[in-house]
Amino acid sequence: MENIETFYEVMRRQGITRRSFMKYCSLTAAALGLGPSFVPKIAHAMETKPRTPVIWVHGLECTCCSESFIRSAHPLAKDVVLSMISLDYDDTLMAAAGHQAEAALEETIEKYKGNYILAVEGNPPLNEDGMYCIVGGKPFVDQLHHAAKHAKAVISWGACASYGCVQAAKPNPTRATPVHKVITDKPIIKVPGCPPIAEVMTGVITYMLTFDKMPELDRQGRPQMFYSQRIHDKCYRRPHFDAGQFVEEWDDENAKKGYCLYKMGCKGPTTYNACSTVRWNEGVSFPIQSGHGCIGCSEDGFWDQGSFYDRVTDLTQFGVEANADKVGLGAAGVVGAGVAAHAAISALKSAQKKTQSKKEEA
Amino acid sequence: MTDTTPSPLSGAHADEHDIATASRQTSVYVYEAPVRIWHWINAAAIIVLCITGYFIGSPPPSMQIAEANYQFVFGYIRFAHFAAGLIMTVGFLGRAYWAIFGNHHARQMFYLPIFKVEWWKEVFFEVRWYLFLEKQPKKYVGHNPLAQLAMFCFITLGVAFMIVTGLALYSEGLGQGSWADLMFGWVIPAVGGNSMMLHTIHHLGMWWIIIFMIIHIYVAIREDIMSRQSIVSTMISGYRTFKDDDPD
Repeated sequence: MENIETFYEVMRRQGITRRSFMKYCSLTAAALGLGPSFVPKIAHAMETKPRTPVIWVHGLECTCCSESFIRSAHPLAKDVVLSMISLDYDDTLMAAAGHQAEAALEETIEKYKGNYILAVEGNPPLNEDGMYCIVGGKPFVDQLHHAAKHAKAVISWGACASYGCVQAAKPNPTRATPVHKVITDKPIIKVPGCPPIAEVMTGVITYMLTFDKMPELDRQGRPQMFYSQRIHDKCYRRPHFDAGQFVEEWDDENAKKGYCLYKMGCKGPTTYNACSTVRWNEGVSFPIQSGHGCIGCSEDGFWDQGSFYDRVTDLTQFGVEANADKVGLGAAGVVGAGVAAHAAISALKSAQKKTQSKKEEA
Repeated sequence: MTDTTPSPLSGAHADEHDIATASRQTSVYVYEAPVRIWHWINAAAIIVLCITGYFIGSPPPSMQIAEANYQFVFGYIRFAHFAAGLIMTVGFLGRAYWAIFGNHHARQMFYLPIFKVEWWKEVFFEVRWYLFLEKQPKKYVGHNPLAQLAMFCFITLGVAFMIVTGLALYSEGLGQGSWADLMFGWVIPAVGGNSMMLHTIHHLGMWWIIIFMIIHIYVAIREDIMSRQSIVSTMISGYRTFKDDDPD
């Protein structure tokens, strides 16, 4: 590990002054929600710790995670890639291609056994021995196993790696499988979203470098600092929700006034993410702010939860498209009709019995 | 347990036959006060929960009473739902406590003697009675076995299911680390990790309880008229009275 430069050395080599470096440490501390006392700690870590080697592999995915990542503003993606980590393999971002790229992967694994972080974007399809996703002439699932074997930790970028996303939606013909169901012997951090927020991605990496440990995770393995609250909990339209003021149709007056999108199927109340606080594109906006409900893209199996535009969504389990209300009302209707028929027969029967006993008495 | 109704009857409207009958007939104290109080609190809570719960899934039309800050229509609907849900939860726990410390009728709702052949015979006898295949119903002091089966499935299991799923949903609002999250947060991963699914099955649970209500009210009234014992008034006074003194 001696031959790896520290963050500080790399930054100084790039012409960054000590003053700018300290500013950067302050900003990073602020981005992670830490107090000023953590600034020297971050500075110390960056001065003394070698950069962490990262291998970034791509399975079945659309690269939206990478697209998001390179737009990070705090810290800038360039700072992360060039100064903070040593991104030794990323077939989408790296200059090398083909055999050279694959050689870089092997070299990194060999050189930093047990010390590198494996970042996975996308997931492996398991049907047909993994033949639905081939990287460097081999099934991606093999590359994943190979690269994970000596990794210190695994980051599952996005809904694909964390939960499966669209390629794993029913009926999942390729049997696309989230990373934690394939790699079971390594600590895994899920950073779900389609894509995850840029600052959340870089924030997770910065945290891991600064403190040299995994961030605190919730029950589902997501970093608590970004996924412990729902979109709904911090939504700026929440007062309209509590007031009972909803957008009723996409083009109505309430939509113009920016009322709550709950009735339009907003999944904010069931979605854990930081969109309503961190927002997107340097904090410019997020889906609800631009007038569309949340679709719950950072939730497990969000493609299989019925329409994006219903609150009481369809239950595909019943074979036909019907929501809980239709199923329930149907069942209650059948029972109600049965009760009415039963009551009628009961009345007839007892009337008949009375007439008979009268006859018998007579 | 059995005591005799005081007699003789007097008054202008009681003839010889009435007096003779009344002096023979008996009543049994079945439902103690905690059971009766729980029943009616639970019934009221369920009505509030069904109405507000339906509105939470499909909110009423938007209202413009005041500025959003001062208008809390949907907030009150949700508040009523949560308050009724917690009252139902406390009531259910109290009812479970009474099943242990109350009389043996209070235990009936919480277990099914499924290994007793005799019990199953009685269940099928009751089924035949409801299918009009038996002419004469039997007398029961507590629940008849079919009613016991229904109570267990709809109320004991049904309400427990609604409490567990409901508090898991409630924990999302209270936040991670809250008591509801620590106790019931595990339910969300257990139903697949997406709480949208939890909303859906909680909603289906409401219809399960509504179906119970339809059957329960119909059967209680029908039995009150057609069976050989009191039903409706028993849940008010606690006494089960019998309409005849045939030993069977």
